Amino acid sequence: MSISLNVNGRKRSSAATPDTPLLYVLRNDMGINSAKYGCGVAQCGSCTVLLDGKPIRSCVYPASSASKGKVTTLEGLGSPDKLHVLQKAFIEEQAAQCGFCISGMIMSAKALLDRVRNPSEAEIREAMAGNLCRCGTHTRILSAIQRAAKELA
Amino acid sequence: MKSSNSTLASRRTFLKATSLTVAFSLSPLIPIAAQTPAGPAPLPLPGSLNSNRMLDGWLRINANGSVTMFTGKVELGQGILTALTQITADELDVDVKRLEVVSGNTALTPNEGVTAGSLSVQDSGTALRFACAEARGLLLQAAATRLGVAAGELSVSDGSISHASGARTTYWDLTSEAMLKREATAKAAPKPSSQHRLIGQSMQRRDIPAKVTGAEVYVQDMRLPNMVYGRVVRHASPRARLTSVNEAAVRRMPGVVTVLRDGHFLAVAAKREEQAIAAARALQMSARWEEAGDLPPSGQALFAHMKKQRSQDTVVSEKKDAPAAATATRTLEVEYTRPYQAHASIGPSCAVAVWQGAKLSVWTHSQSVFPLRADLSKSLRTPADNITVIHREGSGCYGHNGADDVAMDAALLARALPGVPVKLQWMREDEFAWEPLGSPMVMKLKASLDAAGKVQDWSHELWSYTHNTRPLDPDGTNLLASWQIQNPLPIAPARNIPQPAGGSDRNAVPLYVFPQQKITNHLLLDMPIRTSALRTLGAYANVFAAESFMDELAVAAGTDPVEFRLKHLSDPRARAVIERTASMAKWQRTAMPATPAKPVNGLLRGRGLAFSKYKNLAAYCAVIVDVVVDTRSGAVQVERAWSAVDAGLVINPDGLRNQIEGGIVQTTSWTIYEAMLHDNNNRLTKNWGDYPILRFPQVPVLHVELINRPDERPLGVGEGSQGPAVGAIANAFANATGIRLRDLPFTPERVKQALLA
Repeated sequence: MSISLNVNGRKRSSAATPDTPLLYVLRNDMGINSAKYGCGVAQCGSCTVLLDGKPIRSCVYPASSASKGKVTTLEGLGSPDKLHVLQKAFIEEQAAQCGFCISGMIMSAKALLDRVRNPSEAEIREAMAGNLCRCGTHTRILSAIQRAAKELA
Repeated sequence: MKSSNSTLASRRTFLKATSLTVAFSLSPLIPIAAQTPAGPAPLPLPGSLNSNRMLDGWLRINANGSVTMFTGKVELGQGILTALTQITADELDVDVKRLEVVSGNTALTPNEGVTAGSLSVQDSGTALRFACAEARGLLLQAAATRLGVAAGELSVSDGSISHASGARTTYWDLTSEAMLKREATAKAAPKPSSQHRLIGQSMQRRDIPAKVTGAEVYVQDMRLPNMVYGRVVRHASPRARLTSVNEAAVRRMPGVVTVLRDGHFLAVAAKREEQAIAAARALQMSARWEEAGDLPPSGQALFAHMKKQRSQDTVVSEKKDAPAAATATRTLEVEYTRPYQAHASIGPSCAVAVWQGAKLSVWTHSQSVFPLRADLSKSLRTPADNITVIHREGSGCYGHNGADDVAMDAALLARALPGVPVKLQWMREDEFAWEPLGSPMVMKLKASLDAAGKVQDWSHELWSYTHNTRPLDPDGTNLLASWQIQNPLPIAPARNIPQPAGGSDRNAVPLYVFPQQKITNHLLLDMPIRTSALRTLGAYANVFAAESFMDELAVAAGTDPVEFRLKHLSDPRARAVIERTASMAKWQRTAMPATPAKPVNGLLRGRGLAFSKYKNLAAYCAVIVDVVVDTRSGAVQVERAWSAVDAGLVINPDGLRNQIEGGIVQTTSWTIYEAMLHDNNNRLTKNWGDYPILRFPQVPVLHVELINRPDERPLGVGEGSQGPAVGAIANAFANATGIRLRDLPFTPERVKQALLA
């Protein structure tokens, strides 16, 4: 029995049982670092990845349920040599302190910008309300998302 | 004999292997941390050079054109490694790209104790400035000899040394292992600020690109060959005793490789992470615990209880510059409280450990790699020389969270699996149940005003549990599992950090000039719920109380709060941050109205100011906030904050701003939302539902300005804005509503109650 997944455009498989949360399969079987364990109950957003472009909390999402779609993680957006607009904006705005929440932040922001072309600040704040940051980097994250939105517009 | 070049090259390969890819070399590590030579008492040296005196403990100039910088301080998300590379590159005259950084490694770096207290630039930065200045001088001397010219005629650019005659050489040609193998003298003066190229510039943080692209950055991301996954099983009741558990059934579960019970310590390892979680849950289901039922009362009853406990009482400051209160026109006496609050890191604590024979390696996000090694050594009954502790980033910690404890948990579990690396990750509920908390505090303030509306005497009396139970105490251990194992060690006694920095009494001694003052600290000696350093220690609560009280006095005196503070301040730098912040926010210098405005659409608006110089030793900071109070829901929203900061010489302005901003936002969260829950037996907070923190829609808009003083020494900023931020919020709330809230946090329930009273 195995789960096969499409992660960042590559076919991958895992020996995990079907109900295993996607987070552990990504991190431990597929070499993904970005999605993080924060709470395990979909409250903090640090495990956020995209399934067919929609944000999901991978800490509670059964891996087998993701097998029919396309999973995108932060690694799938861009690389240090070829940064995604959002990654570039987060660097430009220095929008991180410890950075533990940042992968989830960027993935939630990606989902927002795919859905809304030029979101207002209030729309961004609302869309990001489910992602917790403890260092207090929120205002820089807002600026980074606004910068990326401008660049994409 | 090996040539110096190949030795450096091999050292470099080794460093790369351990710090970047974790190639699994457990060959004996060569201790290169500097040692103090025996003999007469050594001359004091600046910063951490004093305790780590060898130049090559801080710096290697490598023949291949790179420079290795060693620091005992660690990256916690505060950007310290970037700031230290700016200092090193500037003093040494090399491009920052040449720098490799080795940080927080008991086998390789200087021992700089704990990365805490906003001290890293001061301790490590100062050491590096002097070490680099001296190394540069030695290199120039060597160049002068080689080129047959005077050292003073040479110039350096990115490690290339040149003379007007055209003669040239480089650091990389001149370097030798012997050159820096000497004790520092601190006789080479660091550069004056006019010659700084990188110090004072907003350089981008070196760690952020990896963090936004999903590189292996955190201890949570480590993967070692044959690694297994560990979980620990604890009851949410401190001092609960494990009476029975069905280990056998769990051993038969899929993937389980071991179940470890050692006294009241219970842990499990499995091949897969989800298997370890399932096994830990099964253990928890079958475990029977005897609760101690010895927790103090919760809610407001806690504070009356605290004042009756066994305490060590100290008058930490007393001043009688003027005769007693004969002319006092008015005396105010009030009490303020702060509840238990959590570090609440987004990522629960995690560590990786492996035993190879008698040798233990631990990867940890601890702030205290060397102290942790000392407590691991005691607790595991293993010589410290056999233990290597290596820092790896984790989620931001904001003080002493579960980082050290989980390292001990991982080391214990790994001991049951010789040769097998164990990654032990606490679950969210473990962190909330077991991280040491910020101590609850009671602050009783009393002061009299004279006829001129000035404070005549000031008394600040406080009750608090300890704010420092970090590892490295001579009379006990401070690792959770060490108290729970079969052969437990005693918990270290409650201690305070002495003034002038202070622990529970941090910032209790006012910077304002009062003719009479008395500051009394009651350190509670028993600790029913574990407490330790949470960012700012006692300063958050003491500044909340003192700055709230300053406004209460200003109102009583009929004086504008800015004027009232300036009337009592002589330090020009303190006055300057208050004046700058007031001008940023366009503060109207008028006395606060006696009665607040009527609500508009149910909303009341107010503005407040507060100030502190963190620890009375670090950065000067003032904060002004605008708040909106929703009289229907009781919700308090901080809409906007302004802050001016004076941190002396600024290394990285944007990094500094990031710290000040983060401090204001985190404080807004502490102040409006946060209190840990407990009953007679248990800590009740399990997840973010029980412990809400600030979210995006509620985050204030921030304006931060720096007052750069390049000729003053750098002052720590990491914790600088938190006291002023809570004071400003409290004062803005009172300004909006006419009601003074003296108990934290300002939750909707508490606000509604106050508005109805």
